[in-house]
Amino acid sequence: MSVEAPERPRALGAPIKGPAAIGVDLPRFLNLMRTLALTEFKLRFFGSALGYLWQLMRPLMLFGVLYVVFTHVLKFGSDAKFYPVALLSGIVMFVFVSESTGAGVTSLVDRENLVRKVQFPRLVVPLSVVATALLNLSLNMVVVLVFLLASGGEVRAGWLEIPLLVAILTLFSASLATLLSALYVRYRDVKPVWEVLLQLLFYGTPIFYTIDRIPNETLRHLLMMSPLAVIIQQFRHAVIDPSYQSAAAAAGGWQLLLVPAGILLALVVVGYGYFDREAPRIAEDL
Amino acid sequence: MPPARAATPAVSVVNVSKAFRVPTEQMHTLKERALHPFRRSGHQRFVALEDVSFDVGRGEFLGIVGRNGSGKSTLLKCMAGIYRTDGGAIYVDGRLSAFIELGVGFNPDLPARDNVLINATMLGLSPREAKRRFDSVIDFAELREFEQLKIKNYSSGMLVRLAFAVMIHVDADILLIDEVLAVGDAAFQQKCFDEFYRLRDEGRTMILVTHDMGAVERFCDRAVLLERGVKLREGDPRRVGMGYLEVNFGRGGAGGEATDDARAGDGRAQIVEAWFEDEHGDVASGSLETGRPCAFAARVRFAAEVEDPLFGVTLENADRDHVMSASTLWTEPRSGSFAAGEELVFRVRFTNVFAPGRYDATPAVAVRGTGVSWLDRREHLCSIVVAGTQATDAIVQLPYEIALERTAPAARPEVLR
Repeated sequence: MSVEAPERPRALGAPIKGPAAIGVDLPRFLNLMRTLALTEFKLRFFGSALGYLWQLMRPLMLFGVLYVVFTHVLKFGSDAKFYPVALLSGIVMFVFVSESTGAGVTSLVDRENLVRKVQFPRLVVPLSVVATALLNLSLNMVVVLVFLLASGGEVRAGWLEIPLLVAILTLFSASLATLLSALYVRYRDVKPVWEVLLQLLFYGTPIFYTIDRIPNETLRHLLMMSPLAVIIQQFRHAVIDPSYQSAAAAAGGWQLLLVPAGILLALVVVGYGYFDREAPRIAEDL
Repeated sequence: MPPARAATPAVSVVNVSKAFRVPTEQMHTLKERALHPFRRSGHQRFVALEDVSFDVGRGEFLGIVGRNGSGKSTLLKCMAGIYRTDGGAIYVDGRLSAFIELGVGFNPDLPARDNVLINATMLGLSPREAKRRFDSVIDFAELREFEQLKIKNYSSGMLVRLAFAVMIHVDADILLIDEVLAVGDAAFQQKCFDEFYRLRDEGRTMILVTHDMGAVERFCDRAVLLERGVKLREGDPRRVGMGYLEVNFGRGGAGGEATDDARAGDGRAQIVEAWFEDEHGDVASGSLETGRPCAFAARVRFAAEVEDPLFGVTLENADRDHVMSASTLWTEPRSGSFAAGEELVFRVRFTNVFAPGRYDATPAVAVRGTGVSWLDRREHLCSIVVAGTQATDAIVQLPYEIALERTAPAARPEVLR
C-alpha cells in the first residue's frame, strides 16, 4: 500500500463541491422536496380528528368573518358580482402566500438537524415549505371553484388561466420564502418584521375589497404594482366573472404591468442570488 | 485490493484547510446592528483543519481518530459536502453517503414506515427504491411487529436498530460514519461491525470517525490521527494508537523542563535533567511500549562535597499510585564520596510492565541517615506515556502464561459426597 507519496501523478475522483443551493442531481432535488413536503403535509393533520377540514377552516373562518363584516355590517362590496367567491379566492391566495413565507422564514433554522447532518441541496428546504402550502392551495382552489359553481357561476375558458396564475403566485411566494429563510439565519428579527409586512400586504391588496372601489386612480395604479394584487385581480377577471376588471385594465394599461413583473423578477433574482451566496455557509452559521 | 482499480483512490483529501469564524459578540438582530453601526462585529478565526492530506483506497477501512475538538468531525463534514473547505480539495470516486447521526430526519409522530422512507431519501435513495427496500429494512431491524407504531413510542434501542438498518440499506460505495457506534450495547456494536465487514467485502470503502481507539485497532486497516486540526500520524492503527495515547495524556517526553515549585532539598546536589530510555538506550521521546525493557536516567551535579548519597526515583501513574520505587538504599557497595562540581548519571533499568497511560517520575538525591534529608528532590520532573493496545484494568501488566489442561473427569476428587 503506497499511501505516503503525495507528489505522484494520479487519477482522482470527482471533486466534492461543498454545499450548494441546487446542486447537480436534479432527481434527488425533486425527490427530497417531494418527501419533505408530503411529510409536512401529512404531519399537519396526523392525529387530528377532522384532518384536512382544519386546513380548510382557516381560510373559511377568515372568509366568514370578513363576509359578515363587509356585506352585512358595512354594506360594502355587495354590488360586485359573486362577491363572496371573489373574497374567498383572494383569501385563499393570500393564505397561500402567508403560509409559505411565514413557515419559509424559519424553515432553515427549524430543520437545523437536517442541514447540519446531511448533504443535500439547501434550496430544498424553503421550497418544500412552499410545496406543502401549494398542496393546500390546490385543495382550496377546488373549494373556490365548487363555491363559484354553487353560487351560479359557470365553467369558463378563463379557467385555463388558473395553472398559469398559480404558477406565478408560487414563484412569488417561493422567491420570498427563499430570501427570507436565508436572511433569518443571520438576522433573527426578520420574522417579526415579515409578520408586520404580511399584514400590510393583506390590507394593501384587493382581497376583501375590489380594486374598483378605490376612488383615487393613482392609488389604484399604485396598489396594482404588487404582484399579488395583479394575480388576484386577474384571477377574478378570468375565473370568476368578466365584470371584474382584468389586471391590465385595473393597472391602467399593460405597460404598467411591467412594474409588478419587474418586481417579481427582481425578487426571484435577489432571493435566489442571496440564497445561493449563503448556501455554502448555512450549516456553519446556524 | 484489485490492482487495476486501485489506481484511483476512493477518497483523496488534498491539503484541506477549514476555519470557522467565531463571532466574539453575538449580533443577531437588526436593532443591535442599527444601534451600534460602527462596532466591528468581531470575529475570531478558529482553525479547525490545517493542510490535511490523505488517501483512502478502494475497499479500505480507514479510522480517523482524535480527541474532542481535534477537527475529525469537521473533516468528515467537509468530506460529506456539508461544509465547504477553505483551501485544498477532496476528490471522491464513487457514491458517498455520510452518516453523521443515525436517523436523521426521523419524526417522532410518524410510524416506522414513513420514517424509513424519509431517512432513506435523505441519505440518497429514490423514494421508489426506498419503498422497495422497506421490508428488508424492517426485517433487519427486527421490528416487523412494531411497524405501525409511531416511533415516539419506540425504545431507544429500537430506534437505533431502525436507523442502523436504514443506513446499511443505502447504496453507497463510500460510507462515512461518525461515532454512531457510541450508542448501543456491545452486542449491537459487534453486529454493526459484522455488517461493516460484509459491506467492505463487497468492495465498499468505509471511513470511521471516532475517539474509540480500541474500535479502530480492532477493525480498521489504517488510521489517521488528527490533533488540533493537523494530521499527526497516518498508517498502521497500532502505531497511530500509540500516538493517540501520547496526545491524550499530555506533554510526555524526556527532559527536565518541569517547573521548580515542587522542588525540595538543600542544594548541595542538583538533579539537572531526567529522561527515559528505550530498550536500545535511546532517549524515548514521548512513549514507551509496554512489555519492553527500558530505563529511567537522571543527571546529578554536586555543588558541595557529599559523602555516600542515595539516589532514587518513584513512578506514579495518573491515579497517583506509586507503581515503582527504586533507590540505592539497599544496594552495595555504597556510592562513595563526591566533590563539588562532580557530575553523575544514575540509571534505573527495568522491564516496563505498566498498563498503558501516563507516568510521572520523581527523582531524588538524599543523604543517608535518619528521617528525610533531601539534597534534591524534583517532583514529577519528567513523564512518559506507556503505550499498548491491550488495555486491562490492572495497574501493571505482568508477563504471564496461561495453561489449560484437560483433565479426565474420573480424576476429580469426590469431595462433595
